[in-house]
Amino acid sequence: MTRIKEKFAELDGKNQKALIAYIMAGFPNEKATLSTVRGLVKGGADIIELGFPFSDPLADGPVIQNASTISLNNGTTISKFFSLVKKIRKETDIPLILMTYTNILYHKGYSKFITDAKNAGIDGFILPDMSIEESKEYLKAAKNKSDTLFLISPNTSKTRIQKISKVSTGFLYLVAVYGTTGVKTGIKNYTLQAIKNVKKQTKGNIPIGVGFGVSTPDDVKKYIKVGADAVIVGSAYLKLIEKTPQNKLELKIALFTRSLKKQTILK
Amino acid sequence: MRYPKNGRFGEFGGKYIPETLVPAIEELEENYLKFKDDKKFKTELDYYLKVYAGRPTPLYYAKNLSEKIGGAKIYLKREDLLHGGAHKINNTLGQALLAKKMNKKRIIAETGAGQHGVATAMACAALGLKAEVYMGYKDTIRQKLNVYRMNMLGCKVHPVKSGSKTLKDAINEAIRDWITNVESTYYLLGSAVGPHPYPVMVRDFQSVIGDEIKSQMKKINNKTPDCVIACVGGGSNAIGTFYPLIDTNTEMIGVEAAGKGLKSKLHSATLSAGSKGVLHGMMTYLLQDKEGQITETHSISAGLDYPGVGPEHSYYKDTKRIKYHSATDVEVIDAFLLLTRTEGIIPALESSHAIAEAVKVARKLKTSESIVVTLSGRGDKDVEEVQNYLNKHDKN
Repeated sequence: MTRIKEKFAELDGKNQKALIAYIMAGFPNEKATLSTVRGLVKGGADIIELGFPFSDPLADGPVIQNASTISLNNGTTISKFFSLVKKIRKETDIPLILMTYTNILYHKGYSKFITDAKNAGIDGFILPDMSIEESKEYLKAAKNKSDTLFLISPNTSKTRIQKISKVSTGFLYLVAVYGTTGVKTGIKNYTLQAIKNVKKQTKGNIPIGVGFGVSTPDDVKKYIKVGADAVIVGSAYLKLIEKTPQNKLELKIALFTRSLKKQTILK
Repeated sequence: MRYPKNGRFGEFGGKYIPETLVPAIEELEENYLKFKDDKKFKTELDYYLKVYAGRPTPLYYAKNLSEKIGGAKIYLKREDLLHGGAHKINNTLGQALLAKKMNKKRIIAETGAGQHGVATAMACAALGLKAEVYMGYKDTIRQKLNVYRMNMLGCKVHPVKSGSKTLKDAINEAIRDWITNVESTYYLLGSAVGPHPYPVMVRDFQSVIGDEIKSQMKKINNKTPDCVIACVGGGSNAIGTFYPLIDTNTEMIGVEAAGKGLKSKLHSATLSAGSKGVLHGMMTYLLQDKEGQITETHSISAGLDYPGVGPEHSYYKDTKRIKYHSATDVEVIDAFLLLTRTEGIIPALESSHAIAEAVKVARKLKTSESIVVTLSGRGDKDVEEVQNYLNKHDKN
């Protein structure tokens, strides 16, 4: 069983849903990332998505674009990223998912990249520009090494949901809104409908995580209420990191995380 | 490769896209396949190409230039004479008409030099559609004439300030807009790049260039040209020139922007100096660093300033059917002035890359041989840029 699966099983036993936090590695620097991770663990986050910056993040809104640029300008490289992951692994066993774009893996070779990532302590991958049609080589390289998490959109057809859930492991990432990451549109009816619909199609075989535009405890509460198994909060964390002095980062992150996590504990 | 069913030209192409765009891309492919051979659609498009855009374009024998060089006969395929001043209108009319059939009311596009943006604005105005165009901030400055033209045409121009502030970033931003407004919006891509079916669709709409070259050369010489030359950024005028001749013996040369030289890193010569990767929905040659990050490009011509290239070009590079060379900024300015002064034709800086190559090739051929150069656009938009260059380098 992978760390991600174990986590969902553990939460199930405790009647809890998962809080997943997305942060950009190396934003604004490596030290801040380590403090943030400590705050996340302390505050009760269940899974961490670590973003690796790409020069052209076309599924991301301004907040993550900016974080990517800063991280790259600060010299984040693949080998520095893996050594950061190793440092994190010395402190915590929390599931770590690497979120980046296809070219980063393709360029190094899927197999080599995934093996190196696994050795560093990465448990799974999210690649927003990897469609199932192009995923053959990627899936082959990840088999028995790493979870492959695919995205589903509110406009994804029923038959396609079936196809995507066949190749997804860990959880299914449901994009809440039409838009890039970090959009603030409020909770849409079509999103709530999509959560119900995806749950129906997947029959509980795989957890459903909802992300994009999820930023407050109230958002978390509403998505959990209609059946999300996990919520992913990203841009809200990056905004908090940006405005918090480094010596208060761990504490502030822990407090914000606790306020979100509270909403995932069912009575 | 008439229609690559899986969207691949050899190993290149494909559709590496966010899931939100999958239904839109499927809808596009379905409609393209339905209309591309539809008689009524073709008649309507032909009508607009003829009486609105000005097709067929002449094939002009550049006698003065040919004699000055003293080699092969150089013919110019005058796409610069089209409405709007470039080959881009061939594709925008085709896609705008398709968007209309698909009942899409809002059109978005990216543009580099602004020629595709202008052509989109024109086609949309003519067909009663609303257009918005993304353009790199750097390009809005160096090609501001085209920004004014788009404004006049009632098209909103969004300057893009992220990344290198050029064509690549304009495409990123257009894709982000499309993800956000996927149900109402048609993305009218201007080059033979992006996820399938864009590369093949843009090629098909631009193939009118090569088709006309073929029949015009037959009338002149009763044979196909010995060599055809076109500039390559994303590669739409080039693939439109080459594709109809791909099964003949004609030699083909695509010319990329070598900027300040291939060794300088300040260039946009993707096929000459790049490596394989995934960007903007396609697998193709890219300019990237050892980490897989896309690198910043440079070219004196905004339209070629792009770190990727159409996947079909990548395929023809590897199969060696087409040769890909490059021309530096300095060679391009010389070619620009040469054509302007020998023939009285002001070429776009993009097209001047092809002229620079033609001069080199013509010298080595016999006077009985013929070269066709696709003059993809006119250079009015570039005169300020060239004048500044000449002032700076004291070349007046």
